[in-house]
Amino acid sequence: MPAGTLYRGREGMWSWVAHRVTGVLIFFFLLVHVLDTALVRVSPEAYDETIAVYKTPLVGLMEYGLVAAVLFHALNGLRVVAVDFWSKGAKYQKQMLYTVMGIWIVLMAGAFWPVLSHAFYEVFGS
Amino acid sequence: MSDATLSTGSTGSTGPSVENPAPLIEPPRARTGKTPKSTRTNFEMYGWLFMRLSGILLVVLVLGHLLIQLVLDGGVTKISFAFVAGRWASPFWQAWDLIMLWLAMLHGANGLRTIINDYAERDNTRFWLKMLLYTATVFTILLGTLVIFTFDPNI
Ligand code: HEM
Ligand code: HEM
Repeated sequence: MPAGTLYRGREGMWSWVAHRVTGVLIFFFLLVHVLDTALVRVSPEAYDETIAVYKTPLVGLMEYGLVAAVLFHALNGLRVVAVDFWSKGAKYQKQMLYTVMGIWIVLMAGAFWPVLSHAFYEVFGS
Repeated sequence: MSDATLSTGSTGSTGPSVENPAPLIEPPRARTGKTPKSTRTNFEMYGWLFMRLSGILLVVLVLGHLLIQLVLDGGVTKISFAFVAGRWASPFWQAWDLIMLWLAMLHGANGLRTIINDYAERDNTRFWLKMLLYTATVFTILLGTLVIFTFDPNI
């Protein structure tokens, strides 16, 4: 166990782990997503039947999860760019992470109803 | 652990001293005569730069895409073949999707290459995981590109 690390278990490490996990998640989604979009070259029916899966409540919840992953990866990615290119970036990396989390929470709250309302109506009736 | 312990080393047996000097650490990635030719380029530096430049562009492209597909105009419920036909009637959205496809796939694939290098320790495993990654990446980019260019609303 290396002694005296200022990194392990701190904000910098956890944001790095989260950045990695969300990046992998989005990549695997994209592989599937290009396949489902390719169905427009098969037939309109094949495409519409598959996209119907995207409109079910459970998958709707997963879409909200995807939004969460993309938003975190995007905002934290900008933070990483700032740490690398802005002369004061490293000094303010922690403050920037809290800013990222703040914006993330606001945007997730804003996305809640637009992304999930259709699932709500289906599960609880309209 | 405070940084005082790191810098003074006078508090215990762990710090360096005259009898117990700090080990000399070779500079990482130093290039010697034995360095293979393939690592004498700046490939990794360009990769590093590409991750940052593509990332900045992807913020606009992907967040804009999610806003259009999941939030505006009824969210996911409006998506259908007819909706896609309407969007890809415009060269602007065709170009948007094409650039997003290429940048996101290359950015994601390069990120995964880093991750494979980090965790796959056996040469063989690393090689085959990367081949799998590159195959899936080339296939997906070509398929997505083909779909945009050959889209036919009257299929
Ligand atoms: C659940 C959320 C999403 C939905 C509902 C969705 C929906 C769609 C739709 C309807 C299209 C067809 C073309 C168009 O209308 O522009 C499309 C294409 C595309 N989307 Fe998404 N999208 C989602 C998330 C994403 C994400 C997160 C990415 C990037 C990482 C992405 C990347 C793409 C790309 C590259 C294409 C073009 C595919 C091709 O060339 O065949 N999408 N998406
Ligand atoms: C939305 C805008 C995005 C931004 C601002 C962004 C930014 C970044 C940056 C700066 C890095 C480099 C991190 C480092 O070198 O430590 C990175 C890594 C990565 N990104 Fe993105 N990215 C974005 C979108 C995406 C998308 C759409 C995908 C998936 C297709 C993706 C997958 C990855 C992966 C797998 C890594 C490697 C993570 C690691 O090495 O730990 N990113 N991203």
